[in-house]
Amino acid sequence: MDFVEVPVSEDVPVSEDVPAKKSKVKKEKKKKLKREIKEEKEEQGPEPEQPSGTLLPPSYSLSEIKNKQRRHLMFMKLKQEKRKLKLDLRKKRRKEREALGDKAPPKEVPKTIENQRVYDETTVDPEDEEVAYDEGTDEFSAYFNKLTNPKVLITTSDRPRGRTVRFCEQLASVVPNAHVYYRRGLALKRIIPQCVSRDFTYLMVINEDRKVPNGMVLCHLPDGPTAHFKVSSVRLRKEMKRRGKEPTEHHPEVILNNFTTRLGHSIGRMFAALFPQDPQFTGRQVATFHNQRDFIFFRFHRYIFKNEKKVGIQELGPRFTMKLRSLQKGTFDSKYGEYEWVHKRHEMDSSRRKFHL
Amino acid sequence: MQHDDVIWDLIGPKQFCSYKVKTKTGHFCRNEYNITGTCNRQSCPLANSQYATIREEKGQCFLYMKVIERAAFPARMWEKVKLSKNYEKALQEIDENLIYWPFYIRHKCKQRFTKITQYLIRIRKLTLKRQRKLVPLSRKVERREKRREEKALIAAQLDNAIEKELLERLKQGTYGDIYNFPVHAFDKAMEKQDEDSETEEEEDQEGEEEDEEAGKREFVEGDEFEESDLSDFEDMNNLQASGDEDEESEEEEEEESEEEMEEEIEEEKKAPAKSKGKTPLKGPVRKKRAYVEIEYEQETEPASKNKAS
Repeated sequence: MDFVEVPVSEDVPVSEDVPAKKSKVKKEKKKKLKREIKEEKEEQGPEPEQPSGTLLPPSYSLSEIKNKQRRHLMFMKLKQEKRKLKLDLRKKRRKEREALGDKAPPKEVPKTIENQRVYDETTVDPEDEEVAYDEGTDEFSAYFNKLTNPKVLITTSDRPRGRTVRFCEQLASVVPNAHVYYRRGLALKRIIPQCVSRDFTYLMVINEDRKVPNGMVLCHLPDGPTAHFKVSSVRLRKEMKRRGKEPTEHHPEVILNNFTTRLGHSIGRMFAALFPQDPQFTGRQVATFHNQRDFIFFRFHRYIFKNEKKVGIQELGPRFTMKLRSLQKGTFDSKYGEYEWVHKRHEMDSSRRKFHL
Repeated sequence: MQHDDVIWDLIGPKQFCSYKVKTKTGHFCRNEYNITGTCNRQSCPLANSQYATIREEKGQCFLYMKVIERAAFPARMWEKVKLSKNYEKALQEIDENLIYWPFYIRHKCKQRFTKITQYLIRIRKLTLKRQRKLVPLSRKVERREKRREEKALIAAQLDNAIEKELLERLKQGTYGDIYNFPVHAFDKAMEKQDEDSETEEEEDQEGEEEDEEAGKREFVEGDEFEESDLSDFEDMNNLQASGDEDEESEEEEEEESEEEMEEEIEEEKKAPAKSKGKTPLKGPVRKKRAYVEIEYEQETEPASKNKAS
């Protein structure tokens, strides 16, 4: 505590006015000793009262102040000044814009991850003939030509816990023409031929881990593709805030957002084929699959048009998030199946701006 | 020299043996040649110079035998005999090999052999059934994914996106004639957008409606504002109460749609019937118009539903 001794007596008369300025900044009690210490610090250190507040003598840095509270205070002041500078700059720029009027340079668009996304060469062009041809002849063409009606079988992994069971029931209420069956230790490869013979079009298996659903296998039945998703953030109906009543039996509409690449397109068609082709608009229910940065968010809402500019939506139904892990060509066959796409963490997760859906 | 008793004294019940495992209920022997697995005078492979065991390797059972003559040659101490895969034949082989041996060891060998064959059968059966594959989760990856999911959720702005999509669909006319909103605002909305061939048709329809209403505009305008306010309240009411009132409001909207085609005056009068919850607020306003008579045409409701489908 050597700084207490020497300079105090000298500085006291000089820096009487300084504490007045510093008082607003002080948080601790104004003991005379402390005030003197502060004065002394001000003498030594930066000159915050000066208009160019952040100028420090070259050999001085904020990290050299040993007292934590003082250091913190100085840092806060530094931040405030920076913020003020930024605000002033903004205002100046805005004034310039207004002054220039039409001649002002266009507003700069901030960079977002979606802006900076690495261009994926498999992005679907709306007019691409090859894509159109493929979609006309793939496994979903039967559905999209209104030849088949979707019929979904929902089941779980072995011994499901209450949460998973309730989730399955709610899913069954959301997807029309869906049936829930208990698994009871049956092998999927044996279930699939039986489902096909009973005219099911989809098999959905919810996998459970530690009493919580965490995976989904979606298998399109007459030898269609099998998609394996990681499921997270499952919210059941009773956990929703401001939810409405139960979903009715009307066929909901489907919204598929942001499925741009070829892979995304095929996944989108998979989801679309879960629901019947004729949405009943009187039900005013809509199921949304929204893809953002490779996460697919599922929501189920009831909407009402207040006028043609405003629509109100109310969330019913469960909500969950999915992330695609693999897409396999035939029906479920993890050993001998041919995989169209598998998520390989080391290759695909290396760039933060590259997305596959 | 091989003095079994001395050895047993040294490693026996109260002494230390590195293969011994002491538990609350008894002593176990971890020696791989032990036939019963317990720490006993008769089943200790160290304290018995004449000893035999059954061990299995990759589904094949072998009989191991140790005799005192080979006690000086540790490398050749254990004689390994391969047993046949047939259960009965193997038992006979054990008997042949352990002929004249003490009963205890013979008996225990056969017991052990039986147990081993049983568990081998079970392994074979289980491999045919479904195998559960355990996939390890990396905590770092899971945490990263969770964080990315949260950020993606914020970036997605789901409600806005859904609302925009629904309004787009309304504008493109996918809903057909279910919703008919006041024409002026609709016109404005249409003018704001670029016109496609599809929208030109809609404009034609609106043109017709405008002609119908042209003569009646004088009465209508002042009230229409209230009507739209009321419709907002009605919709708020509907949203809050949801359920039954939704359906009622649908019917009412459809009725409204019919009547818009006919006469707009009647619409306003329907207002008192709709916003039941709001009667106290709207009482005096309504009473001004209450004297005009209303005529509903409920038979045409199914027609409007057909339009929708």
